[in-house]
Amino acid sequence: MTTTLDRPPVRRSGGGERDKKNARLRASRIALHTFLVVVCLVWLAPLLWTVFASLRTYEDTAANGYFSLPSELTLDNFSKAWGTADLPNYFWNTLVITIPAVLITLLFSSFVAFGVTRFNFKFNLALLMLFTAGNLLPQQVIITPLYRLFRLIPVPEWLNYKETLLDTQLGLILIHIAFQAGFCTFVLSNYMKTIPTELTEAARVDGAGVFRQYWQVIMPLCRPALGALATLEFTWIYNDFFWAIVLIQTGDRMPITSALSNLRGQFFTDYNLLAAGSLLVALPCLVVFFALQRQFVGGLTLGSTKG
Amino acid sequence: MTVLENTPRVDPAPPRRKGWRRATALSGTDRIVLLLMVGIPTLLHVALVWVPTLSSVLLSFTSWDGIGDLDQIKFVGTRNYADIFTAYPRFWPAVQHNLIWLAFLIVLPTSFGLLLAVLLDRKLKFTRVYQSILYLPVVLALAMVGFIWQLMYEPNLGLVNNVLGMAQSGPVDWLGDSDINIYAVLIAAGWKHTGYVMLLYLAGLKSFDPSLKEAAALDGANGWQTFWQVTFPVLKPINVIVLVITVIEGLRAFDIVYAINRGRNGLELVSVLITDNIIGESSRIGWGSALAVILLVISLGFIITYLVQVFRREERT
Repeated sequence: MTTTLDRPPVRRSGGGERDKKNARLRASRIALHTFLVVVCLVWLAPLLWTVFASLRTYEDTAANGYFSLPSELTLDNFSKAWGTADLPNYFWNTLVITIPAVLITLLFSSFVAFGVTRFNFKFNLALLMLFTAGNLLPQQVIITPLYRLFRLIPVPEWLNYKETLLDTQLGLILIHIAFQAGFCTFVLSNYMKTIPTELTEAARVDGAGVFRQYWQVIMPLCRPALGALATLEFTWIYNDFFWAIVLIQTGDRMPITSALSNLRGQFFTDYNLLAAGSLLVALPCLVVFFALQRQFVGGLTLGSTKG
Repeated sequence: MTVLENTPRVDPAPPRRKGWRRATALSGTDRIVLLLMVGIPTLLHVALVWVPTLSSVLLSFTSWDGIGDLDQIKFVGTRNYADIFTAYPRFWPAVQHNLIWLAFLIVLPTSFGLLLAVLLDRKLKFTRVYQSILYLPVVLALAMVGFIWQLMYEPNLGLVNNVLGMAQSGPVDWLGDSDINIYAVLIAAGWKHTGYVMLLYLAGLKSFDPSLKEAAALDGANGWQTFWQVTFPVLKPINVIVLVITVIEGLRAFDIVYAINRGRNGLELVSVLITDNIIGESSRIGWGSALAVILLVISLGFIITYLVQVFRREERT
């Protein structure tokens, strides 16, 4: 009885229409999912193909071609690439460059962002624009004089027996800091603008100096932005190819991404080895991506949309 | 009682306080600390980014082989530019490739990225999975993208020819044929760029008021109309940013072609020519700088557009 009372006839005629609408909606949903699945498969194909090639032996692919079912799958290529290509040394070089570069970039750009957002100088906006524009310049515009400059700057012999900043990892760290500070300053200043001025004013009234306002009030509040930027800057500096190719000449001082380009000569005929090597080099970034996806994505979009 | 005694004392303070506060905010240790905090990073940035940029402009009017001292630099006026435009056989093909690069990136990955963003910006099952897969290539180095796609494009053994059934019959040498390799490389570059564009648009769509779309639906607008008349205008600021980022990426493009074949045989780009003048056999500083300045002039237009777009709000306030 209650059910009939609950469904007045008027509603029923509408129900048929709704069913039709639902069916149409469902059909469009299925079409959408099919489209997206196909696109995603196409998107993954290059990576899957690389994984597939890296798991097969050179002999296997030489006999049957890459486009065939493998007789066996093996991880040999990975250990071979790791050993013969001296990858541990290049990973170490990358670590020595990337960690200080990311940390100092964040420190420096947070300094500038703090100064620009908390104090009223006449040149605040100009300074911010200088940094932002600097990061947008094509690297090739800077490189010729920078190369000469690095050759003129002396460093102690223990750092480089040629006693120039050119061909040192320190030089690479410095240019990463100088160049990436542009983007990070821009993002951090946008972020700091959202922090109420009352907070630092209160701290100031309590007698906190400039550095304490920065370190104990602003920095803890910037943690999400700093996390996002750290993730992003890690992948960017890790992935750097250009600066290292030009500014480092001694092969075994190169960071890993650029080194692989040099190593390609050794691997040339053995695509399985090249595939394994490429995957090993890409691995840290992939790990960071999967582990810190939210920060990574947040970082990428921080610069584009305000707030 | 002590509290009451203290309160009247605070009252007369405000008129004096403002001047007093400004003086202490930027005096003594604080002033020095702040100067160091802003000064050191600025000095480093200016010394390593802007001084070289301006030096490029100056050097572009000179001739220097880079071997002798700085006093070997000879002023030659605009000769480098005249020679580049008229007598450098690699220049115009490189410019042409850069233009193809820009046109391709602006048309294909950008519109496809926008399409994907619009499709994924709704309550859809697995939307997170789709998104992750599509922006996965964004984390890879462009040089690495070059290596990975070399495996795809290998004439006899690569996936592309095998899937198209051309591996046996008549293999296409995607990266070796100088007429088509630029497009093959652009597909690889677009593979990475699409995900980035999609992400930027998704961020834009997220900050966009859903009631606008509902209102459009109530007015009987279909998906197409809603997109063009409601969503797209809202995305206008993002469009500018995507365009500028795409152009700058296009002008900077270097890693992928250099990783594939050092930017030769159909893959010449202006950035490659500049690099060849530093680390190549011939070290022609003035010449390389003139090429760099040409790149700089083109980029500046877009950099200024970007600055105007993102700092407009500040200027108003």
